[in-house]
Formats: sequence, structure tokens, C-alpha cells
Amino acid sequence: MHELSIALAIISQVEDAARRRGSAAVAEVRVRIGELAGVVPDALTFSFELAREGTLLADAGLEVEIVPARARCPSCAVETLVGVPPDLWCSHCGEPLSQLLAGRELEIAEVVLEDAGTQGGTQGRGDGRSGGSGGSEEEAEHVPGR
Amino acid sequence: MCRVVDLRQAVLAKNDERAVGLRGRLAEHGTVALNLMSSPGSGKTALLEVLLERALERGVTAAAVTADLATENDARRLAASGAPVKQVLTDGLCHLEAGMLSRHLDGWLPEGTRLLFVENVGNLVCPASYDLGETSRIVLGSVTEGEDKPLKYPSAFGLANLVVITKTDIAEAVEFDGPAFHRHVQQVNPGVPVLETSARTGAGMDGLLDLLLEAADGAPVHQPALAHQHQQHMHNHDEAAHDGDEEPHHPAAVPT
Ligand SMILES: Nc1nc2c(ncn2[C@@H]2O[C@H](COP(=O)(O)OP(=O)(O)OP(=O)(O)O)[C@@H](O)[C@H]2O)c(=O)[nH]1
Ligand SMILES: [Mg+2]
Ligand SMILES: [Zn+2]
Repeated sequence: MHELSIALAIISQVEDAARRRGSAAVAEVRVRIGELAGVVPDALTFSFELAREGTLLADAGLEVEIVPARARCPSCAVETLVGVPPDLWCSHCGEPLSQLLAGRELEIAEVVLEDAGTQGGTQGRGDGRSGGSGGSEEEAEHVPGR
Repeated sequence: MCRVVDLRQAVLAKNDERAVGLRGRLAEHGTVALNLMSSPGSGKTALLEVLLERALERGVTAAAVTADLATENDARRLAASGAPVKQVLTDGLCHLEAGMLSRHLDGWLPEGTRLLFVENVGNLVCPASYDLGETSRIVLGSVTEGEDKPLKYPSAFGLANLVVITKTDIAEAVEFDGPAFHRHVQQVNPGVPVLETSARTGAGMDGLLDLLLEAADGAPVHQPALAHQHQQHMHNHDEAAHDGDEEPHHPAAVPT
């Protein structure tokens, strides 16, 4: 069950990002999972709910967007949904679809951070990158992997 | 007050980065890693027993790391070949990760090793997501497992640089449908080479070793269609990876 490893990796990366931006709690995490990423969304949600306890994500929801697998045919340039299990041969011209365009995603897209009112507004509002320094005061903090 | 932050980070960015670093360090020492993946009992250890022996006979320096949840049995079996062998116990983890492998190689991998075989945990799901810095990912399917394995585990077979059919000595007894297996492999991984082997009779083993040595000498390795998107990610995930990575970096030996 590597969904637990994946959930732990998500939590660790999101905690880093939240701390660096002076946030004390994460409200939501939005992830994108390709349908060929080899990750079972239900198992990921289950693992996430176990692993978030005692972290900045203790109350965070997990929103999973499933990304369909698409490929483009190098011969006829037609773009197709390859399905699961994938059929990586062009249904138009019979050539192999050597270029997968989407479907292997395993990424954290967005996080919704609660602003830490007590920390004296370390950063302004906005996209979280507007602080200029990028929150470098936090860079020295070492958060070990698992 | 809430704010939405656009992170766009690959969840496995740290592993991918470490894999790139490890691949570079191995290359500096003239070593290529071969990542063997299959269901439990498909014959990874049996295949390696024969390959290690044949490699040594040919004067090729080879070593093996074998990963299991428990027991050192596989390491004991492989060590009989005379090659350096290391057992990795994953402590409950169902797959190997690049950092874990790297730590086990530090101070152990003999200088001058040409081929480093890595027997992954017997599992066709989880190990597929983790790059170990290998030059070739070899996915095994035995004749006893059914012809539709490649369709049931498309990430594993779809990301293989090489597919090996094992236990062909008993193919007839179990009425293995070879053409169907080949068809299913090609559906998820067009153009991937497929070799047929038997550890029992030794059939196909020299051909397999030849192919691996050619790859070690720099012959082009088949690039699976499923890996295409990932490689593109690898070229532009640098920024994202740093955003989330506060652990000290292993300096990549080879700039990528
Ligand atoms: N007939 C026959 N049996 C084989 C062959 N290769 C392996 N076996 C048998 O299959 C069983 C499993 O082989 P292993 O080599 O231990 O398989 P493995 O993939 O290393 O297994 P795990 O490490 O547990 O995942 C053993 O009983 C082997 O004797 C072969 O070529 N022919
Ligand atoms: Mg084994
Ligand atoms: Zn086409």
C-alpha cells in the first residue's frame, strides 16, 4: 500500500509550504492524480485521513482531481484518450502512440492555507509568494522526511 | 482568512531527484543499475542466481541488492554465486526508494562493479512509481501468472524498458498463451523488447545478459510511451521540487 507513503509525502511537503508562508493550519489540499499513476484515490484519501493527525493538516480536506490519460499520435497527430488499461496504438492510423500527454500526474496542485492571525501577519494577503523574501526566515528549519 | 496557494509540486519529486543523483554517481563509477520488478514468486531471485553466475564466468563484475519485507533468504541464495550481495529489509515498506537504495550502496558497492542488479520487493503496484536511478527497468512475468498480467498492472509493464517471461520450461504444462501475453505487453508498451527465459534450463539467459551488457556499454534502451510524460516533468520540475525540499541535497554528480 504505497498510498500511505504518498499521503505522508503530500503532508510533509504541504507542511513545509505552510510553515514557510507563516500559516499554522491547512484547510484544504488539492491533488491531481493521473488515471495511470498507479495510485488508488480511495486508498489515498483513507491514508491521508490517518496520516494527517497531529500535523498542520489535521483538519484539512483532500480534494482529488482525476486526470484522464491522453496521448498524441506522432504520425497523424490525432489526440486520443487511451483508457485504463491503456491501449497505446493509434485507432486512426495504427501507429504506436509514443507520446503520453497526460495521465501519469501525481502532484499537489493547490493548498488552501489559514492565515495565522497571531503571528503578526508575516506576509501580506495574495498568492503567498508576494512576500518577496519567499519566507527565507524559515529556510533553516529542518523537517525530516519520514 | 484563507488564501489559496498554487504549489504544483510533484509528490515524488524528492525521490525523482535522488534517483537522478544516484544514476549520475553510479555512471561516474562505470556502474549501471538494473531494477527487477515482478509479483511475488515470479522468479526474480532464480533469474539473478543464473545471471550472476554467468556474468562472473564471463569476467563481468556484477553485484546484487535484494529487497524484501522480511528474511535474508534471497541474499543467501544469491551469495552462492560468489558475487557481492546485500539484503535490504524494507521494514514493512512495499517498495524500494532511491534514497534507501543509495544509503545501502554507500560504502558497500565494490569499486568497478559493472552491473548492479536490484531485486525490488515482490509487488507489481507500488515499486512502479519509484525511480531507483536504474538504466533499465526489467519487469518479469512468469508463465504461471496468466496472460493478462500486463493489462492488470499497466504501470509496471507500461514503464518497463525490458520485459522478461520466466519459467518457460513449464509453459506447456500450464498452457501459457504466449501470443496473448506478447499482445498485452505491446498494448501498454509498444515496441518494448520481450525475452523468454528459464532459470531451470538456462534458456534465454545468455541473450538477456548480452542485452544488459550492451545497455551498459551505452546502446540505446527502449523508452516506454508511458515514461514520456514523466521525462518532460523531470525537465521542468526543478523549481517546484525546491519549493518543497528542505532536506540537504545530494549533489547530482552529473548535471542534468
Ligand atoms: N520451473 C521453474 N520454476 C522456477 C523458475 N524460476 C523460479 N522458479 C520457482 O519459482 C519459485 C519462486 O522463485 P523466486 O526466484 O524465489 O521468485 P522471486 O520473484 O524472487 O520471489 P520473491 O522474492 O518472494 O518476490 C521458486 O519455487 C522457484 O524454484 C524457472 O525458471 N522454472
Ligand atoms: Mg526473491
Ligand atoms: Zn495515428
